[in-house]
Amino acid sequence: MKNNQKIIPMPFRYLINIVLFAAVLFLMNTLITGGTISKYYSGVISSIGISIILAVSLNVATGYLGQLPLGHAGFMAVGAYTSALIMRAVMASGFLKTAVGSVAAFPLALLAAGLVAALFGLLIGIPALRLKGDYLAILTLGFGEIIRVVLLNIDNVLGFKLTNGAAGLQKIPKTTTFLITFLCVGVTCFVIHTMMKSRHGRAILSIRENEIAAESCGINTTYYKTLGFVVSAFFAGVAGGLYAGNIGILNPSAFGFMKSIEILVMVVLGGMGSMLGSVLSASVLTALPEFLRSFADYRMIVYSLVLVIVMIFKPSGLMGTYDFSLNGLLDKLIRLIRGDRGTPGGGQSLLTKKEGGTNE
Amino acid sequence: MSRFQKEPVKLVPVPSHNIIPERDVDKTPILEVSHLGIDFGGLTAVDDFNMAIGRTEIAGLIGPNGAGKTTVFNLLTKVYQPTRGTIMLDGMDTAGMNTIQVNKLGIARTFQNIRLFKNLSVLDNVLIGLHNEMDYHLAGAVFRMPSYWRAEKIAKERALELLSIFDMQDLADAQAGSLPYGAQRRLEIVRALGTNPSLLLLDEPAAGMNPSETTELMENIQKIRDTFKIAIMLIEHDMSLVMGICEGICVLNYGKVIAKGSPEDIQSNPQVIEAYLGKKKEGN
Amino acid sequence: MSLVISQLINGLQSGSIYALVALGYSMVYGIIMLLNFAHGDIIMVGAYIAWLVIVRLSLSPVIAIILAIVVCTVLGVTIEKVAYTPLRSSPRLSLLITAIGVSFLLENLAQRIFGAGSQNVPTLISGPSLNIGGQHISFTAMITIVVSVISMVALTFLVQKTKMGKAMRAVSEDMGTSQLMGINVNRTISFTFAVGSALAGIGSVLYCCAYPQASPTMGAMLGLKAFVAAVLGGIGSLPGAMLGGFCIGIAEAAVSAIGLSVWKDGVVFAILIIVLIFKPTGILGKVINEKV
Repeated sequence: MKNNQKIIPMPFRYLINIVLFAAVLFLMNTLITGGTISKYYSGVISSIGISIILAVSLNVATGYLGQLPLGHAGFMAVGAYTSALIMRAVMASGFLKTAVGSVAAFPLALLAAGLVAALFGLLIGIPALRLKGDYLAILTLGFGEIIRVVLLNIDNVLGFKLTNGAAGLQKIPKTTTFLITFLCVGVTCFVIHTMMKSRHGRAILSIRENEIAAESCGINTTYYKTLGFVVSAFFAGVAGGLYAGNIGILNPSAFGFMKSIEILVMVVLGGMGSMLGSVLSASVLTALPEFLRSFADYRMIVYSLVLVIVMIFKPSGLMGTYDFSLNGLLDKLIRLIRGDRGTPGGGQSLLTKKEGGTNE
Repeated sequence: MSRFQKEPVKLVPVPSHNIIPERDVDKTPILEVSHLGIDFGGLTAVDDFNMAIGRTEIAGLIGPNGAGKTTVFNLLTKVYQPTRGTIMLDGMDTAGMNTIQVNKLGIARTFQNIRLFKNLSVLDNVLIGLHNEMDYHLAGAVFRMPSYWRAEKIAKERALELLSIFDMQDLADAQAGSLPYGAQRRLEIVRALGTNPSLLLLDEPAAGMNPSETTELMENIQKIRDTFKIAIMLIEHDMSLVMGICEGICVLNYGKVIAKGSPEDIQSNPQVIEAYLGKKKEGN
Repeated sequence: MSLVISQLINGLQSGSIYALVALGYSMVYGIIMLLNFAHGDIIMVGAYIAWLVIVRLSLSPVIAIILAIVVCTVLGVTIEKVAYTPLRSSPRLSLLITAIGVSFLLENLAQRIFGAGSQNVPTLISGPSLNIGGQHISFTAMITIVVSVISMVALTFLVQKTKMGKAMRAVSEDMGTSQLMGINVNRTISFTFAVGSALAGIGSVLYCCAYPQASPTMGAMLGLKAFVAAVLGGIGSLPGAMLGGFCIGIAEAAVSAIGLSVWKDGVVFAILIIVLIFKPTGILGKVINEKV
């Protein structure tokens, strides 16, 4: 059997990942602040980061939990408007210009965006998660549409301008930088990864695999379904906040069913259940329209074709359920260099084995 | 099958008109079911089901197809809520509890149609069974606190120990869905043991096994009982297994108990014979 | 009072269209357990065909109507053969995602070909309107309601009394056993899609009578609302689809009558949520239990 003992010991595995992360961060940041990468492309890179967070967070509810929520854009919208309103207030009060404000205000706004979105995730999850498959899909779609309609019309009800409806919420401080986007991507991937590689993550996967069996093992399926949903919503909200700070103006029509489908395409193409797949497909599908102008016109047609073709020929997506580990890769490399042959795994026998002999 | 049940187990009556092994009589029976019944719309699937299981008893539940055996399991594990009757698990009334709660109370099961986590590894399947044995919270997991490392290490060791019962520890990284049928059934048993039950329900554990696999299974069931000192109830159609290792047997037909007793009692019970083979023709 | 009645008639008119579309949804869901997201977009195609025939080809409205219904039927069956049949044994989530993909494909192709704006569809059906005690009922309103009711009666007859109808009921009950009994499952499913799409075609003609504009996204919202109607009535139940359709139509009319028409969409989705929370099987639907 395969030797599954990890060669690179534990503390070093983290160190390698951290060093690589920091290296990329430092490199890109220098290129951007130095002007080598223009402001426009820096905005595109931020867009890619936002899409990555959206895809990875949706993957928690679809790939890992095995559901099909169709209202992900709704959580993004809630987070976007929360962060935008906070940042506008912060800018108006002058706090943004202070030393503390310029560093801490946006991250706190993002945190608030995530928490509000998580709250919506909880509210929507409680009824939605009692339903199966198709019904959950439609219910979340309904909620997503309701959020959009409310954001569009709430000013009429409230009597004062909160979201500015169809005219759009404007003059949002453009505080989304590459630095903060990249950090958010890192945090998102880290949290989701550590959650999945723990007993909580296994519980979530068990629900996808066989809910009745999971219950028979004593797993509180209601709690874990809600947890997966809330975590998914939280990071969608953070992405929404980054989006608001990247574009500078918000319009409810950007957060409709169409947007939820765009994110779904990224997850499906990359492979439901694979974080690396989500990262890659989100990057490619966000970057491509920028670099292929003609592609941009046919973007939605290609998206839909991609969806249908992938489902027919490779429903598990390009990466399947494969989850990438840099250290795993290095382990394989080292083993290759060493020329190891697999040694049987360890483990003492609890009960003595049958000693030879034949059956009576 | 002479090496199974060397001395016939003496079954003694207990106050609820049931029978349990003599050696368990000084402790509360692990399971006491009285007048259990369930109706699905107009259909009464199980009616007036009474049974007690001793703390270290291997009990059998047999009967023709459609008799309601798996329904009884579903009632005990609260997949269905009973229409009437009480279920006492380890002295506690389980009325109103759900599947998760009764599992925490000490009852675990395998399924007639295997319900494994097919896309996960063998080890992960067992670790999911050990879910409630680990105690770290989500924050502990995300920040990789010492509680996480400690619990995961202990759990992994325990999981490999349990897999070694069926000599499956080398298969830990294999995908559960890729195992042969018999191995999948064994894995389900290991996963159920991970939940640290006092009563293990096995639904047709020998289905699809050849005679030598069945013999090995019988030994392993007895070893599980002897090592973990738990009670086991099994549904089975393979009579060599049932008569070989079960101490108290309950026979079900059309949702009702028609006989209860030791293997010898059951084998000579005319109603049981009729239920399985039909009525003897007149004039013979 | 007359305002209430005219709103009621509006509601019945749009409700009839919702009912026709909802019937298609319910039939398909009943037989292969798929929420055919592309169903609403078939209506959009029907509307554009009608427009093409009259405006571009300058042919008579009768031909437009016939062609619209025929094209919708063919399109529905084609989609089923190309996109859904390969996934017959796949998990339902995959099928759902494919349906979403097909729906988007249709919408975006239409946008590419016809432009994102809407086209005016000339009158398809005209006739005298009715006047009962001062209450004005337009010809199209009457035709819509009458045609819908006739279609529903015909469909019920088809499903209950004919051999094909029996096959449809058998396949939706148990596909494997139906096959063993000698029923040609593929043909039955294609037939179901054909009938559902034909109803959608009729619906698109009636829709154009009420709202004579064709745009690429017209099918999306209509389809979603018809879907809510199907869920409300009990998905898989034909009388339920009809009941749900009329309820949604009247609810929308009521909301508009109060003057809150901007919230129309929100109200429909709110109804969906309430139904799914309190009675997911809908008014007339059946509960299906999973065997453990």
